[in-house]
Amino acid sequence: MAGYSDPGFDTLALHAGAAPDPSTGARAVPIHLSTSFVFESSDHAAALFNLERSGHVYSRISNPTNAVLEQRVSALEEGIGAITTASGQAALHLSVATLMGAGSHIVASTALYGGSQNLLHYTLRRFGIETTFVKPGDIDGWRAAVRPNTKLFFGETVGNPGLDVLDIPTVAAIAHEAGVPLLVDSTLTSPYLIKPLTLGADLVYHSATKFLSGHGTVIGGIVVDGGSFDWDGPAAAGRFSELTQPYDGFHNMVFSEESTVGAFLLRARREGLRDFGACLSPHSAWLILQGIETLPLRMERHMSNTARVVEFLASQPFVSRVGHPLLESHPSHALAERLLRFGARGAGSVFSFDLKGNREQGKKFIEALKLFSHLANVGDCRSLVIHPASTTHFRMSDEALAGAGISQGTIRLSIGLEDPDDLIDDLKRALKAAEKAGS
Amino acid sequence: MILNVNGHDTYCYTGGKPFNPAQPTVVFIHGVLNDHSVWILQSRYLANHGWNVLAIDLPGHCRSAGEAPASVEQAARFIGDLLQAAGVEKAALVGHSWGSLIALQAAAQLQQRVSHLVLVGCAFPMKVSPALLESSLNEPEKALRMINVFSRSTLCAPPSTLGPGTWVFGGGMALGRRVLRSNPSVNVFHRGFQACDQYAGGLQAMADLSCPVLFVLGSQDQMTPPKAAQGLIQAGQAAGKAVRSVNVPVGHHQMSEAPDDTLFAIRDFLRA
Repeated sequence: MAGYSDPGFDTLALHAGAAPDPSTGARAVPIHLSTSFVFESSDHAAALFNLERSGHVYSRISNPTNAVLEQRVSALEEGIGAITTASGQAALHLSVATLMGAGSHIVASTALYGGSQNLLHYTLRRFGIETTFVKPGDIDGWRAAVRPNTKLFFGETVGNPGLDVLDIPTVAAIAHEAGVPLLVDSTLTSPYLIKPLTLGADLVYHSATKFLSGHGTVIGGIVVDGGSFDWDGPAAAGRFSELTQPYDGFHNMVFSEESTVGAFLLRARREGLRDFGACLSPHSAWLILQGIETLPLRMERHMSNTARVVEFLASQPFVSRVGHPLLESHPSHALAERLLRFGARGAGSVFSFDLKGNREQGKKFIEALKLFSHLANVGDCRSLVIHPASTTHFRMSDEALAGAGISQGTIRLSIGLEDPDDLIDDLKRALKAAEKAGS
Repeated sequence: MILNVNGHDTYCYTGGKPFNPAQPTVVFIHGVLNDHSVWILQSRYLANHGWNVLAIDLPGHCRSAGEAPASVEQAARFIGDLLQAAGVEKAALVGHSWGSLIALQAAAQLQQRVSHLVLVGCAFPMKVSPALLESSLNEPEKALRMINVFSRSTLCAPPSTLGPGTWVFGGGMALGRRVLRSNPSVNVFHRGFQACDQYAGGLQAMADLSCPVLFVLGSQDQMTPPKAAQGLIQAGQAAGKAVRSVNVPVGHHQMSEAPDDTLFAIRDFLRA
């Protein structure tokens, strides 16, 4: 079917969650820069606080502009609803903090963004939550890592920056056998390239800073619930008392009884945003919405430009390795072909490669680039470059770096939307400069 | 709250409030492939405004044990048994879609024991196309998508069942999958649709009613269009029944696409 009742992805990217503003006729989504919202009456106020009626009270908990973004990303991910957060890291923390407390355990992929690895390996440990890291392709390892107190499996759609593709259906099946949900970070792929919830994941989050916004102007995050995990089902075996038992911090509400499919979102908003407070500014939500409107167009260009750059780098004698699943030599090539919407071509435009030179030559390479900007971000419309071992992943041990597929000579690129010939020219000159520096 | 009805555990959502014998009671009855949670806002509000609420999972659905009803009449008898088990002498009945037919039939059977009847997204006859019936049995995911597409009227629902940021379409899909999965022995999707399709007692039930009736119809409802309720409405009016009708500006997801409009219609009717 097609049309307003069953729109396709590109239509949802423009229309989901929004309509012309009924009070002003504004066609674009208005920015509701208001901390709070007037109650119609005392009864209305009480009903909103007690979840008898739905609406906005205070912008830390919800906001009309943010709600548009939440509906839109939910629609694109095929979820039941979402919560916007101050950053992608805040979305990860909100997910973890909603599902567990001290004494809990997470099984996570080794191929994670450095910030996520820090949170799991160092910070959450301080709060009594331990994590066992497993190579994303080590299927037996995921199963073996489960403990009686495990509450969550966690991985990235394509690992940063090695692009190890997570076998979501298989890892989700193991998680569900163990009675725990699978949370997936889909920042590098966006829902245009893969929809983890349709492959078996239960929760998905984004650093909306990256491809969703696409313009390098805003920090934001969002977590989407697929509504698929049965928090008080037999497999869960009482693991999720936060969702299935009366919560005296919120009217003794039993979230899984209030909503058969939405218990996670109910608690995450009513406790997590209320108490931890990592909410998204409505202005930031609006900027991210501007980006999502062109997400399909941008992702197409990201893919085609990436294919050109990968092909170029793979042909260069001074390059020892190109880590993109487009190449049949990449360990995730077959999995990418199978799981991603556009096959290996859609495995993202953030990837790494290794120069044959030493660290100094790597430095020279980065400094010689003129179009690629040397900075700590990905998913911008402009092309970016960074040296992970000394920046984004610098707190990781050599062993952890190796586990994430990063060496001292690894360089990470985020391919933007420029003319691909210009990007290749920029890389060509920088490679020459680096090669020359070694002679 | 769990009630033992006919030897089986029956789940009743009470809006977080204990049962108070001094208060009137309202029973909420869900439709095909739904459960109590479709009423989360309306039922929680009433539970906090002077009503005992019993928002049930029908037998064989989600948290309730027992055999899933195979007909409207069978489900209606269950409602009578439920009131008995709860020790409720008189109750208002509110039903959605298939649940509206169950409520109508139960009200006709229970006579003075029903104080008010609210029929949300109601049609009679409630015929289901042969293609959809067949799909519900053999391709339930496809059929589930079809009914959620037909039920939707907007891409931007107001803050809804899960608060702001609820994607109603996704919620309907996820709940349908969960309800279907909750009963491994019976396809409750197909069984519920068959019960809707085969129900022939609507006009007689309307003629037998002894309580006031409110129809809450979605003006853009493609599953149970308002015109498909007119026969019942006119039959009730012709028989001198107290029949009222309210249109809400949405489709078949009245409770989630127009939660406040639906609540106010029910609340004001129950107060009257």
